[in-house]
Amino acid sequence: MRVPMASFIQLLVSGLATGAIYALIAVGFTLLWQTSQTINFAQGEFVMLPAFFILAAMNFGAPFWLAALVGIVLSVLVLGVVFKLIIVDPMLKHGVLPLVISTIALSLFLKEAAKDFYSSQAQPFPTLVPAVDLHIFDAVISTDSLAVLAVAVATVVALHLLLHKTRLGRSMQATAQNPTLARILGIPVRRMVLYTFLINGVLVAIASILISPIYLAKFTNGETLGMTAFLAAIIGGFNQVRGAILGGVILGILDNLSAAYISSQYRGAFPLLILIAVILLRPQGLLGRIEERTV
Amino acid sequence: MNRLGAVLIVIVALCAVGLPFFLKPFGVYLISMWVVLTIAAIGLNLTLGYAGQVSLAQGAFVGIGAYAAALLMQAGWPYPAAFVSAGLLCFAVGWILGYPALRVQHHYLAFVTLAFTTLVFLVLRNEEWLTHGIYGIGSIARPTLFGWSTNNPRAFYFFSLGMLTLLAAGTWWMLRSPWGRAFVALRENSVRALSLGLDTRRYTLMAFAIGSMLGGLSGALYAPLVQFIEPNSFALGLSFNLLLMVIVGGSGKFFGPFLGALIAVLLPEWMRIAEGYYLITYAALIMVMMAFCPYGVLGMVERALKAAAVRRDPPMPAVHGEATGS
Amino acid sequence: MSVMAASLGLATPALAQSTATTVYMPAVIELSGPGAVSGTNFRDGMLLAVEEINAKGGILGKKIDMPLLDTQSEAGISRSQIQKVLDNKPYVIFGPVFSGSVMVDIALTQQAEIPEIVGGEAAAITQKGDRYVFRTSFGQQFSMPKIANYVRDGVKAKSVAIVWVNNDFGKGGRDTFTKEMALRNIKVVADISTEAGQADFSADVVKVKAANADAIFVYLNEEESARFLKEAKKQGIKAPLIGETTLLGQKVIDLAGGAAEGVRGHVGLTVDAPIPAVQEFAARFKKRFNYLCDHNGIKGYTGVYFVKYVTEKMGKFDSKLFAETAHGLTITPKQEPQMLMEATWDKNGDIDRESFLGEVVGGKQKIVQILPKLGK
Repeated sequence: MRVPMASFIQLLVSGLATGAIYALIAVGFTLLWQTSQTINFAQGEFVMLPAFFILAAMNFGAPFWLAALVGIVLSVLVLGVVFKLIIVDPMLKHGVLPLVISTIALSLFLKEAAKDFYSSQAQPFPTLVPAVDLHIFDAVISTDSLAVLAVAVATVVALHLLLHKTRLGRSMQATAQNPTLARILGIPVRRMVLYTFLINGVLVAIASILISPIYLAKFTNGETLGMTAFLAAIIGGFNQVRGAILGGVILGILDNLSAAYISSQYRGAFPLLILIAVILLRPQGLLGRIEERTV
Repeated sequence: MNRLGAVLIVIVALCAVGLPFFLKPFGVYLISMWVVLTIAAIGLNLTLGYAGQVSLAQGAFVGIGAYAAALLMQAGWPYPAAFVSAGLLCFAVGWILGYPALRVQHHYLAFVTLAFTTLVFLVLRNEEWLTHGIYGIGSIARPTLFGWSTNNPRAFYFFSLGMLTLLAAGTWWMLRSPWGRAFVALRENSVRALSLGLDTRRYTLMAFAIGSMLGGLSGALYAPLVQFIEPNSFALGLSFNLLLMVIVGGSGKFFGPFLGALIAVLLPEWMRIAEGYYLITYAALIMVMMAFCPYGVLGMVERALKAAAVRRDPPMPAVHGEATGS
Repeated sequence: MSVMAASLGLATPALAQSTATTVYMPAVIELSGPGAVSGTNFRDGMLLAVEEINAKGGILGKKIDMPLLDTQSEAGISRSQIQKVLDNKPYVIFGPVFSGSVMVDIALTQQAEIPEIVGGEAAAITQKGDRYVFRTSFGQQFSMPKIANYVRDGVKAKSVAIVWVNNDFGKGGRDTFTKEMALRNIKVVADISTEAGQADFSADVVKVKAANADAIFVYLNEEESARFLKEAKKQGIKAPLIGETTLLGQKVIDLAGGAAEGVRGHVGLTVDAPIPAVQEFAARFKKRFNYLCDHNGIKGYTGVYFVKYVTEKMGKFDSKLFAETAHGLTITPKQEPQMLMEATWDKNGDIDRESFLGEVVGGKQKIVQILPKLGK
């Protein structure tokens, strides 16, 4: 069964749109890891949850744009501030593993909370733009895919500008690279770390708004998304935000191409094989820098 | 080990032997599950708690062991042969996986083993010709050993309890040996151990392989216990659950896995009082437990005992500015 | 301490056995994990039935006591929960829905000689000679031939592409359907597996297009069906899309927007059936639980009324006699209105009902043909 060229473009474009979302989620994950050694196994559920905040707000009568804002604010507060203060801070001083277990338990907690307090059934979610099919070069691209791509790209660009062009961003980077030195230089390290959690709160909320029209708001959404975030972050490079973006895009496109051209039963295997290859051959990831191990 | 510890162990052993006579079949099934998972947790404790390697592959090894045992028994092999083969197979796979994988640092190893577990799941699910695919393997018989059938729940419990005792004793002996002390050195500081001339790679690999073997043996007991295996049971969820057992019980403590497995098996059942909300309560409890006992229950017990000992018997104050303690 | 003891099955205050005023009929179902959607539907259907029956005085004067036990969609946990309820001597047991869990559980309930009313559809469930298992919907060995006949006679297709979800539900359907296609000399030109929870179907639609089949059989769960339909419409698939209840339900039609137009298939149990009793049930369900139920809700509901009818026929609560009485039994809506549709159970526990061929027209499921029961 030969798959024609137009289909290749089709797969590429939809893969890109999905990949852009993965990138958003992976970037948040990487930021948390970089600045505070937090491996957040609940990242997928962090993306699943804001959609429910928004739906709840809409149930109270708010129009979509207002509900979306409420969702973002709640996400920043709950998944950013509360998460950091109540879960991360107390545990971080005891090492990474207790925190890992806590985030695993947290992911179960959030999943069950959405299922028990909202619904176990998938909920439809409003799209950002009405879905219109555009025909370009024999491939059909939907406007909502383009919107997703646009918003994701805009977010990443904004984040990049924040991190590299503002004083605040550069302080955050310094904190990530060498907290002791940063503290000596007078950077309020704790506050910088808090900011990364807040940024993650915004990123996951945006990702939630982008994926929920397609995925539908469902309590199990976090499972595959979280996994993809980890894979993207590592393949791209754990200590570089750019790496996370590249990783996300690669995974989005790879999933489509491998399912179409190689095997659909094993479509889930290819990102894993690439992950293993990257870790064994180039552990810092495709774009990452090598970490020195201190004794 | 002090007298209090020894007394505790005797009490627990008595309970372990006596309890099944007071329990209904469901209760016996639960403690049998505890026994079987403790074996896997001991294996992971070896890899993680003693050798310091974060592995998320233990669930996959339980799965490989379970499938190996089930398929071999279906092919007509007697149970003891299937049991041992499952263990050896997992030892080999663990060695082969560990050889390249252990070259990388902690969090990377976690993700490599995570990827391995998911790949194993995919193979178990897709290769129907071998594993019966998503339908799983059912009607797994409970073994008959030396003419004694383990079909009865209590009989099977005592059989697995026997295996647990054997394997735990073996692990205990190994940890007391010079080899075992080398493992501990690895966990504390592998760079320093290397500088002292230890072939860290060899020891780490051995710990990983033995841990995997224990996972496989656990699987070989899991299959006849549940009498049905499917790929879903051995995916990441089980690996996370085993990790939880080791950490909550007390990583690197010999009896940590016993306690952790007990908590992981019993706690969700107790929480069922909360009915629909039992899972959410369980998750919240785990988070609270991690907040208060980040070193695991046994870890905190040990610290509490040490703190009490220090209070009873404070160390000499520093003389000439020298530091006390290590 | 009593909690600990209770959990180990020493004393079980919460899981009371049947008493003088209640009959113990526990439900072991998927309330979390991947099966939660189906399991909660099944549960809510049962709960509605239990509430209605208890309001009228119960069965033979005893109220139904139905504790719910979550299997987490895992066969191992399902087995342990079945063991737990068996220890308390239930009258009958309901659930689960996932075929894998069903297979493990019925081995136990068969040994204990307790009837189990299940929601699973895999063919294997009724092929092991178990006298104590009873279905609440068609086994795949009955629904697939009906669809296959429609593909051959209604669509007149010579080649077909299959898109299926890679879990025991989807694979079972795909295997049975493939066999039926072979029996009718229709060529399967594409065999495309998808993952549960998958969101991007562009690769699968691309492959379907390239296969150029006369018809496409789609066997996914509801949300994935909606996403697939949207993608198929987007990429301009022209061949007819055929499916089962999970493709033609109103839920899927709503989620898919206009993309479900023209989809056809076989519908066993549906709230959209042109039968007043079913419509009224659907309305009551919606009022009580605030969502539209899927076929699992109907399974749960009718399952409870099935037990009520058989018990009243026997005049007593006898688990063993239940199995004998129910085999070969036909219940009509005249005899028990809340059975909603006439149903017959054969000696294997398979259920036979009339079913429907439907088509999605104007955003609604239209019944095109009523297919009679297979048996007498």
